[in-house]
Formats: sequence, structure tokens, C-alpha cells
Amino acid sequence: MRLLFLLLKLFPKPDMAALSFVIPMSVMTLFWGIIGGVVPWFIPKGPNRGVIVTMLVLTAVCCYLFWLIAILAQLNPLFGPSLKNDTIWYMYYHWP
Amino acid sequence: MGSVFRSEEMCLVQLFLQSGSAYDCISELGEMGLVEFRDLNPSVNSFQRRFVSEIKRCEEMERILGYLLREIRKANIAVPEDDEICPVAPPPKHVLEIMEQLQRLEVELSEVARNKEKLQRNLLELTEYTHMLRITRTFVHSRSRNKALGPQYEEFQSIESDSAGCTGMQRLGAKLGFVSGLIHRVKVEAFERMLWRVCKGYTILSYAELGESLADLDTGEISTNVVFLISFWGDQIGQKVQKICDCYHCHLYPHPENDEERADVMDSLRTRIQDLNNVLHRTEEYLRQVLQKASESAFTWVVQVKKMKAIYHILNLCSFDVTNKCLIAEVWCPVNDLTNLRGALEEGSRKGDATVPSFVNRIPSNDTPPTLLRTNKFTSGFQSIVEAYGVGDYREVSPAPYTIITFPFLFAVMFGDLGHGMVMACFALWMVLTEKSHKRKRSDNEIWTMFFEGRYIILMMGLFSVYTGLIYNDCFSKSLNIFGSGWSVRAMFTDQQWTNETLQTNTLLILDPNVSGVFVGPYPFGIDPIWNMAVNRLSFLNSYKMKMSVIIGVMHMSFGVVLSVFNHLHFKQRFNIYLLFLPELLFLLCLFGYLVFMIIYKWLAFGARDSRLAPSILIHFINMFLMQGGDNTPLYPGQTGLQVFLVVVALLCVPVLLIGKPVYLYWLHRGGKSLRLRRGYERVRRVSEDDMSQAPAYADDEEEGFDDLMTSRDTQPKEVKTATVHTSHINI
Repeated sequence: MRLLFLLLKLFPKPDMAALSFVIPMSVMTLFWGIIGGVVPWFIPKGPNRGVIVTMLVLTAVCCYLFWLIAILAQLNPLFGPSLKNDTIWYMYYHWP
Repeated sequence: MGSVFRSEEMCLVQLFLQSGSAYDCISELGEMGLVEFRDLNPSVNSFQRRFVSEIKRCEEMERILGYLLREIRKANIAVPEDDEICPVAPPPKHVLEIMEQLQRLEVELSEVARNKEKLQRNLLELTEYTHMLRITRTFVHSRSRNKALGPQYEEFQSIESDSAGCTGMQRLGAKLGFVSGLIHRVKVEAFERMLWRVCKGYTILSYAELGESLADLDTGEISTNVVFLISFWGDQIGQKVQKICDCYHCHLYPHPENDEERADVMDSLRTRIQDLNNVLHRTEEYLRQVLQKASESAFTWVVQVKKMKAIYHILNLCSFDVTNKCLIAEVWCPVNDLTNLRGALEEGSRKGDATVPSFVNRIPSNDTPPTLLRTNKFTSGFQSIVEAYGVGDYREVSPAPYTIITFPFLFAVMFGDLGHGMVMACFALWMVLTEKSHKRKRSDNEIWTMFFEGRYIILMMGLFSVYTGLIYNDCFSKSLNIFGSGWSVRAMFTDQQWTNETLQTNTLLILDPNVSGVFVGPYPFGIDPIWNMAVNRLSFLNSYKMKMSVIIGVMHMSFGVVLSVFNHLHFKQRFNIYLLFLPELLFLLCLFGYLVFMIIYKWLAFGARDSRLAPSILIHFINMFLMQGGDNTPLYPGQTGLQVFLVVVALLCVPVLLIGKPVYLYWLHRGGKSLRLRRGYERVRRVSEDDMSQAPAYADDEEEGFDDLMTSRDTQPKEVKTATVHTSHINI
């Protein structure tokens, strides 16, 4: 977590965004880290152990990478969404 | 299990089978599915092999069984339920029994079928005759019945009722004749017209449609028929009428003279029809009984005959030894299964009551063994996908276990919808849960078989699509707002940025992330739901998706290149690591790995504040190749220097890839450690050096041509290069 904070300090970002980035980051890293790194140790020995471990590790890597790309792409948006005026009017009253 | 990672180790084995028990031994081996037989008689024509007559017998039995099964299916008899039992191939002494039974069944069935057809034809004729009589009666008595039954003609009604009377016609000496029968509905108008034209009005035709439709036995179609009655006088007209009726394929029946005759005929017809129906009914019951009894064993026989034929085919591949008492077979067998092989041979010898047991003998071989990869019902689908691209060499690393995840994952990246993914996953789950009953049914529908064989693949694709659908925030093309959007519209209204007036005057407004409070933070899981409602949604999504494809593609390709290291290490070709793997990896990473780095750097380093200065990665990448620069703001200090360095390294890798390995091998074959050309002394050393390279292409030849080495190497680096350039072009 501390390393993450240091890394974040290198790049300019608003502070509110930093917190809302850190929590999902740590949750997801932990989740996929458990699936890819911890669960394989508990698969019982048998003819299919190799296949199951390969599947778990690959799934963890692929899914984590996919989520990471999605959140990194939205971290520092260069432009915002362009909305129609009735959408804006609705959202002004109904969205927080 | 190590055999998932690479293909299994195989050995060449010689089997010595005693002639008497050869059949049983091979039957045992076939049941276990252990070995691959080699053809020891390649020069022998298939018609001249040993066991050709037995195979002919099997094919004859298959023909009869095919006929039987067709008849059983026509009679709609159910397939027996317990299909789990797979019968073993029968020993040769039982084969004759089965053959006799089959032949008897065939004869019986064909006889019964013929009789049934005859009876049905008879029944049809009688039925038509009855109808005809009934309807022509109404023609004759049409006056008294007051019904309009077709065209009204003047009837000679006095002829029928007046037995002793003579009419004007009879006084003229002309004889009135009648022709009656049935004709197809569609031909009636043409028939009428032809009659009129040919007979010049000397005939009278009355016809009425038959209420029920009868099945025509020859064609099997159901057609409506029309009953007609032609009255004519004169012999010649009679002949013409007869010929016309023949031409139109009418069914003609004798017309009764008067009412009593008509009634008699109808009575006798009725009884005959009843009898016929009885007989037909009994015949059909008998036929069904025979088929039922046959269906109990027919399906097992089908499997048994197939197995027998296979065994004789395999026996044809073996060769007899000098004494003609022993069959020799050469098989490829996995090393792990040698004990199973011995056990199977013992079992076969015991079953065949052999005096001398069969045995195995492992022999060394220089040929490349076949590639064996064991699969279960889950992995077999993915293995067949991989094999569609090509089967790996012996003991090469198999890409199948990784394909189990990467193939569905890449499909899901392209599919990416939560709702549709769930539908797909549910469909596949249903197929998986009911697979036992579907396997038993064995449908003929090809499309269904294709889906069913790929049920695990579809399940994985569906599950991954659910995940990617969540990340793309796409559920039936609508977004879900689970965590609360990171963009706030209200913040644009504070600070007097927007007012109600701005809303009224502008149809489209863009949210500015520079204004504080508008962008709160990235959506924690996936794409923000506000983009679903934005007009410029595609600008954001396209850029995101293309960069994502580049990153995933480069990582996937690097993974593939890294896998090749295992092959180089296993085949003990360390030089390949330096001459192939390193240049490939460097080329890939220096160019496209750097592109990935630039993408991630731009995501992290450039924000809304400096969005005007954010450079285009595409332009930078192109400029890197052209060694231009300066127009664009650099991404980071020192960029030009680093880029030049990377391009130089990548360009240096290309000649190493193309000619490094051939030069090295040529150098090896010429002189080993030095480039001296002292032939005599070096021949001795070269022999020992040859043991180092196990690849069969290089093992034997001493005078290895330089061009051979070049051509054997050339395809791979070109493929890698074109693949990487192609991918980057698509994505950029």
C-alpha cells in the first residue's frame, strides 16, 4: 500500500481521485492475487492438477490485466462526456 | 500431470502374436485404445492382403444390418435404452452364427414387405372400385336425386330401369357402352377436352370428385381423384375412349349393367375389403414383431461388426514371420503404458486359448514418434481447436492448456456483453448438465452436434463474456450503475459555469474535467456508466479499446515467444536461445513493448490539466521509425535518444534472426571450433560433434548445403515480423 502511495506521488492527480483509486486497486489486486497465487497450492494432487493450476493462474492474470487497463484508461481523462441538454437536466436533479 | 505440458514419451515396440490368439489380443488392445500400429506391408495392394475375405464378410453383414436398421426406423421402434454397454468384438466362431441369423432375417423381412405391398395394392383397387360404384350410381339416378353433380347431361335413364325395353338407339343398332374409372383431379379438364375433340361429341362424360383422398402406392403421394363415367355408342368410339383412358393413366373398372348387379358387386367388394384389411393388419403385426425382436440385438451387432472389421484391418497391417505361425506387429506405445500393454496381451492370449503367450519387445528407432496428448471430455474440445492449426512435433510444448483460458478470454474481449454472455453461459450449462442423455441420442443434425461437441468451450466463453461485459459496462447494450458514476453534472452548475440559460441555448454540452468536482475519480469496476449516455461515447471507447487490444496482443505474443524457450531447452539446442529466442523477444519488446510503455505512460502522466499538450502516440510511433521528431512535444525527457537506441537494437535483431542460425550450423558442420579447412583430421571430430544436434534434419548429412539451412530457417522470423506489424496496424 505504501509503495502505491509513493508511486502515486510521482504523477499529478487530484487528491479525491487518489483515494477512490487506491481502494479498488488493492481490493482487486488482493482478490486476483489470491486466485492466482494462493488457491493453486490447495488443489489436490491428481491427473488434472496441472490443467487446473494453469487455468487458475491464466484466469487471474487475464482478468486482472483487463480490469487494470479499464481503470488506468479512466484515471486521467483528457476530455469529458458530451451530453444532450435534456440528459443533463435529468441528471442534475436525479444523480448525486 | 506432465503430459499436459508436452506430448508423451513414446517407444517403438514389436509384438509377437501367436496366430491362434492374434484376433483376441488385438481385440483387447483395441478396447484399451493404447497403441498405434504401423503398416508392415505397405507395398501390398489392399485386395491382396491376408484377411480380405473376412473383411468382405463383415461388409456384407454391415449391408444387411443397414437394411435392418432402416426398416426398424421406418416402423418407429424405439432404440433400446441401455446404450452404456459396449459389446466386445465376437470371436470368429460366433461370426458365422450372426451371419446366418442376419441372412435369415433379411430374407424374411423382404418377403413380408413384398407381400404387404401386394396386399395394399389390392386393397387400393378394391376401395377405388367401391367408390366408383357408389358415385356412378348417383350419376345414373341423378334425376331422382335432385343433386347437381357436375355438368348436367340428358341421361338415358330408361335404359337402366327398362330391362326389356328398346330405345331409339337400340333400334338404330348402336350398342351403348360404358367406361368408368378414376382419374387424377389435375388431369380431368384435359381429359374432358381430349375426349370431346377426338370423339366429336359422341361421348358423354360425367364426373364427380371423390370426397376422400387416396394414397397412390407408386409415388406415395396423396392425391384427390375424380370418378368419371363415359357413355358412348359404337365400337370404334369405344376403342378410342379406351386408348385415351390408357394415355391418362386412369384406373378403369367394369361398369355393372343394372342396379342388382351393382348391389351384388358392392356387397362382395365389401366383404373382400374387410378380409383384406384383416390380413393386412395381421401382416403388419407380424412384421412389427419380427422387427422388434431384431431390434433387441441389431444395435449390438452393428457395433460388434464394426469392431470386427477394424480388427481385421489391423491384422492386415501385420506381417507373418518365416514359420507362418506368428504374427509380428510394430506399434508405437507410450512408455507409461508398457505394463498395460503386456497385461492386455496376456489377457488376449488367455481368451484365445493360446499355447504360447504373445509377448512384446521394445526396439530402438530413429523415426519421429507420433504425438500423443491425452485429453478428457473437457480438454478435448480445446485440443481439437489447437490441432486445427497444426499438430505439434513429438515432445514439443503443447499450447492446449493455455488455450483453455486464452481462447475464451479473447472471444469474450470481442463479445463483451453481460446479458448475452449470461444467456450463452446458461445454454452451455444446460448442455453440460444433460450431456449423458444427449450422448445416448446421437442426433443426425450437424449443427446441433457441432454445438454439443463444443459445450465446454461455449461455457467458458459465456463465463468470460459475463466478466468482460461487467468491465465494458454493457448489459444488453445498456450500462449498469452499481457504484455511482465518477462524473458529476451538478458540479458544472456550481461556479456559474452552466446555468439554465446555457441548457436552453445549447443542445450539446461537454463536461470539463478541469472544473473541480466534475470528475470525482475513476469508476472502480469497469467503464463509467455516464459514457453510455454521452454523444462522444465512441471517441473515448475507441481509444480505450484499441490501446487495450495492443496491450493484450503484445503480452500474448510475448508469452508465446517465451514458451519456445522450453522447447529449445528440452531439445538441447541452446544456440537457439541466443540465435532465435533473444532476437525475437528483443524485436518484439523494443518496438511493441515500447508502444505499450508509451500507452501506459500517457495514461498516467497526462491529465485534464495538460490535455491540450498531450501528444498523439501514433505520431510518435511513426516518427520513431522515420527517425524524425521535434514537431511533437516529447512524452518525457530523453525520449528521442531512447527511441533511436531501441530502433537500432530492433534493426540489429533482424539479420541475426534471418541468417544467424544457418551461419552457425554451417560453421559447425564445416569445422567445429575453428574455421580451418583441414579435412582429414576434422572428419573424426565431426562425427562426435554430430551427436550434439538431435534434430533429424541435420543429423545425417555431412555435406550440409548452406541453402538447405537457409530455407529451413527462413519462415519463422518473417511470420513474427508480419504478425507484429499487422497487429499494430490494426490497433493503431
